[in-house]
Amino acid sequence: MKPQLTGATALRVLTQIRRDKRTMALIIVIPLVLLTLLWWMFQDVPAMPGKPTPFDSVGPGIMGLFPLIVMFLITSVTTLRERQSGTMERLMASPARRADIVLGYALAFGLLAAVQGALVVAYSVWVLRLDFVGPIWALMLIIVLDAILGTALGLAASSLARTEFQALQMMPAIILPQLLLAGIAIDRSKMPHVLHWISDALPLSYAIDAIHYLSKNASASGIWSQVVVLCAFIVGALTLGVATLRRRTG
Amino acid sequence: MGKQPDLAISVSHLRVIRGANVVLPDLSLDIPRGALVGLLGPSGAGKSTLMRAIVGAQIVAGGSITVLGLPAGSAPLRSRVGYVTQAPSVYMDLSARENLRYFASLVGAPATDPQRVLEIVGLAKDADRPVNTLSGGQLTRVSLSVALVGKPEVLILDEPTVGLDPVLRRDLWKVFRGLAEGGATLVVSSHVLDEATRCDRLIIMRNGGVLADGTLPEILAATKTKDADAAFLALADREDAKEKAA
Repeated sequence: MKPQLTGATALRVLTQIRRDKRTMALIIVIPLVLLTLLWWMFQDVPAMPGKPTPFDSVGPGIMGLFPLIVMFLITSVTTLRERQSGTMERLMASPARRADIVLGYALAFGLLAAVQGALVVAYSVWVLRLDFVGPIWALMLIIVLDAILGTALGLAASSLARTEFQALQMMPAIILPQLLLAGIAIDRSKMPHVLHWISDALPLSYAIDAIHYLSKNASASGIWSQVVVLCAFIVGALTLGVATLRRRTG
Repeated sequence: MGKQPDLAISVSHLRVIRGANVVLPDLSLDIPRGALVGLLGPSGAGKSTLMRAIVGAQIVAGGSITVLGLPAGSAPLRSRVGYVTQAPSVYMDLSARENLRYFASLVGAPATDPQRVLEIVGLAKDADRPVNTLSGGQLTRVSLSVALVGKPEVLILDEPTVGLDPVLRRDLWKVFRGLAEGGATLVVSSHVLDEATRCDRLIIMRNGGVLADGTLPEILAATKTKDADAAFLALADREDAKEKAA
């Protein structure tokens, strides 16, 4: 791997994204609009005495979803476009290593993911007045990791798809089961055993576990094992993305 | 074979299978250094597959290809061989200069290289417009210019003149000639046999095999014909007759 090639690739991807107003809106504006909707939805629902408001208890978990979904979609479609346009074949014939390309993409989208994650949390806390027990920086960390996870999964998924439509089809297959089983609707410990085991194998579960912990504890000391697992999933998905890139094709 | 220093490309008993089709059953040919070689033949002859194999993008079932004395597709060749695919393959939302800067950094070319190749292909004026606002001919030249960064010694160009007007085609062939005079080896494919007159050597392909390999006068003399089109027809008839007899 050559860092300057990874950097050049990331810079190129960012230049392309910056020109694309819709993608920028999807990354920056849409998650904030959705959160506002969520906040508004709960406005007239009274809080149980002594319990957090519905927005305070549901908000943080939902916050972890938007970056995952948005970054997954954008990354998988963008990288697929690269494969289809013939530029990937060109890159594979160049001295760039496969890891330079994949990590370049990961770096560019990871950077956008970080901006998005930080923005989502800042907006919720300071504009929507989300009442959160744990440290805000720790919540930000988990949301940003979530967004980067979406990017890594998108990179891996795009290598399994041949068309943009197939990449979209990966969405319900890879992302939606995680939404159901990650413990947003009901606590994972209350699920049937088999589903609990399955949810153990899904990365989003660890993000939601960490968020649940942070919403009850003022310290971040209990989230580090979840952070490690999330990072491992990110590295694994990126490795899959590199391994499935082929210099020679049939 | 393949060890002679005067050979840019040496293909020996190459066999390529795509899906259920044997695209190249058993192909051998040599291309000398510094030549402008036309790879001619109808679509479906296997020209693109052969070119993909030479740059190392094609899975091959057998045989060997040596480029500049090294196995095709090996790492040290990746900055010495330039490849232009049939469809223009550049980032449409970037300008020509931005495309060139990126690819120049990948091959480790000097920072002045984008401007140099823009002037070679005559695009310096429109270098800063997004590529998707350029005409088809300009787009082809952007795609070509990307392959020129880093001054590769071997250029593999897949149908670079297809669909272009005669003036543009003539200008592009001038560019190819200039590159060959500068010492580069060029393999240019075309299904337009008329372009034969612009090449030093011709390889005429049909059905995954080589029908003829030599200079245009040599091929015309051997087939007793007056132009490349007639030569191709004579060679194709001869091959069909041989097949019928067998």
